[in-house]
Amino acid sequence: MPEIRNLTLNFGPQHPAAHGVLRLVLEMDGEVIERADPHIGLLHRGTEKLAENKPFNQSIGYMDRLDYVSMMCNEHAYVMAIEKLCGIEVPIRAQYIRVMFDEITRILNHLMWLGAHGLDIGAMTMFLYCFREREDLMDCYEAVSGTRMHATYYRPGGVYRDLPDSMPLYQASKWRNAKDLEHLNANRRGSMLDFIDDFCDRFPACVDEYETLLTDNRIWKQRTVDIGIVTIERALELGFTGPMLRGSGLAWDLRKKQPYEVYADLDFDIPVGVNGDCYDRYLVRVEEMRQSARIMKQCVKWLRANPGPVIVDDHKLTPPDRASMKGDMESLIHHFKLFTEGYCVPAGEVYSAVEHPKGEFGIYLVSDGANKPYRLKARASGFAHLAAMNELVKGHMLADVVAVIGTMDIVFGEIDR
Amino acid sequence: MTLQAKLEALSSTLDTVVGDAIVARRLDRDELTIEVEAARIVPVCRLLKETAALGFTQLSDLSGVDYLTYGLADWQTQATSSGFSRGVSRNSVKVAEGDSRRFAVVYQLLSVSTNTRMRVKAYLNGEPPRLASVSEIWPVADWYEREVFDLFGILFDGHPDLRRILTDYGFIGHPFRKDFPLEGRVEVRYDPERGRVVNQPVSIEPRTLVPRVIREETWAESSKPVSKPADA
Repeated sequence: MPEIRNLTLNFGPQHPAAHGVLRLVLEMDGEVIERADPHIGLLHRGTEKLAENKPFNQSIGYMDRLDYVSMMCNEHAYVMAIEKLCGIEVPIRAQYIRVMFDEITRILNHLMWLGAHGLDIGAMTMFLYCFREREDLMDCYEAVSGTRMHATYYRPGGVYRDLPDSMPLYQASKWRNAKDLEHLNANRRGSMLDFIDDFCDRFPACVDEYETLLTDNRIWKQRTVDIGIVTIERALELGFTGPMLRGSGLAWDLRKKQPYEVYADLDFDIPVGVNGDCYDRYLVRVEEMRQSARIMKQCVKWLRANPGPVIVDDHKLTPPDRASMKGDMESLIHHFKLFTEGYCVPAGEVYSAVEHPKGEFGIYLVSDGANKPYRLKARASGFAHLAAMNELVKGHMLADVVAVIGTMDIVFGEIDR
Repeated sequence: MTLQAKLEALSSTLDTVVGDAIVARRLDRDELTIEVEAARIVPVCRLLKETAALGFTQLSDLSGVDYLTYGLADWQTQATSSGFSRGVSRNSVKVAEGDSRRFAVVYQLLSVSTNTRMRVKAYLNGEPPRLASVSEIWPVADWYEREVFDLFGILFDGHPDLRRILTDYGFIGHPFRKDFPLEGRVEVRYDPERGRVVNQPVSIEPRTLVPRVIREETWAESSKPVSKPADA
């Protein structure tokens, strides 16, 4: 009888289903996984060390680049940590804007996840469908911050500026005739809130479309049902948060359980799964998109009715407006100090966590009273999820590894930091 | 019940469960921190998780902190006899004096059953600093401890597989220590003569764009100042 040995397979780091730069060393018995050893760190940029060497405000942009699929949620945890240390109350309108953009970000993230996860296990159309809606939300990012991804829009004390009165329009070109242009710009003629309102109205129908393609699809179910099952108790020990925990059936959502900003005043539901497998986590995320649209709708309604300041009026922390900076000596000094030295944050340590689309995203911030953080630690949900990779895929087939990577919603920006 | 009252209740529960192991505690900005003797971290964590009234079943985060330069600034903000200081000298890691507790390992715990968070800190010293692993209690600590080992060089006794995790294969040093330079020690480049990638000493000049200053801030009326915390 010939000698039979386990096969060691190197998966990644350059593999389209590895969602970035994941190197998985798989020990396999035939096609069954015996052991999976993820090697991470190929995208390690030392964000936390860099942040220790920069004034507080200059690191907001680095937060965008952690989880580069849900940019504003990362910023949110960071600015909340600074606000907690300084003891600042954020204007109510800024809180609503933040909640609205957190939910836009959640849909952005889940669309990216759904498209990529679908593509990984054989549903090409999903990718195209999801990116169609994603484009509209990216335009919202652009309208409010000037960039489509790395917004740097949240600032300690509020948000950088109020919502714009107009949306960017598609311009005529040799590929677009007047009729196309009219169609594309139809819902962009009003203010940004009109555009978001319109999006919230049509988005549930889009989610129905995705569900038509997947939810009862035989192949989709064969690939996801009973794959990567986790119980609630085990999920807690493994540090799972977000949809990975809710998929197992525990209704744990920081937006409800430890409400921040104005989530306590808003009406929404937390979807939970039953079996804790990939399919349930898919259902949870899809329902979360509908709930996000519901929250956005409520925010739009409130924001329409209640104008007001969007950032605290404290020039030790936020820049004075342009006009007073040009005419008023004190404003000029504030502006100069803020953009050269920054502001000093009172000594202390805080941990601020938000319900990020992927789970709990936390910032542990230690300040010694200087204008730079003494230590900043980003708690990335994906890190804990990926740590459980071995446990989730053991005994599954090689093809299921791809389904499990997909269901974890892995983005290496936040895992490697 | 307000968060403050809830944490005070938690603090008194902790007294009965692990009271004798707590070195110091602080309730600041609605967050409870307890400092625990490093030698007793494992039994304390086990009690925190397994006592039903506490139920800290989730370890949200585990991180290291290097307190080597805590409270040191590049610039004096008060004028001295020679005026204000200007410029920041290169390659000088100033060390905070008189503190023998250089490293801290910080555990952020979450109890889903009581909906509370708390923070456990253990200070350690020595070279290399050592602490017992909690990966038996919370499996997620496996990777967190690997990360702290990688970045701070803290050894975790009883860890099943203490390898580097974030830095490159064959990396030397522990980059998040305060005496590790920001620009690193080696850089890689492609050497066309040898036809391969080579490591060489770093050629970047370190520079400080914004000096580190510590000021007593007086916040405006709109933003209420919080009480100044006790020294960390």
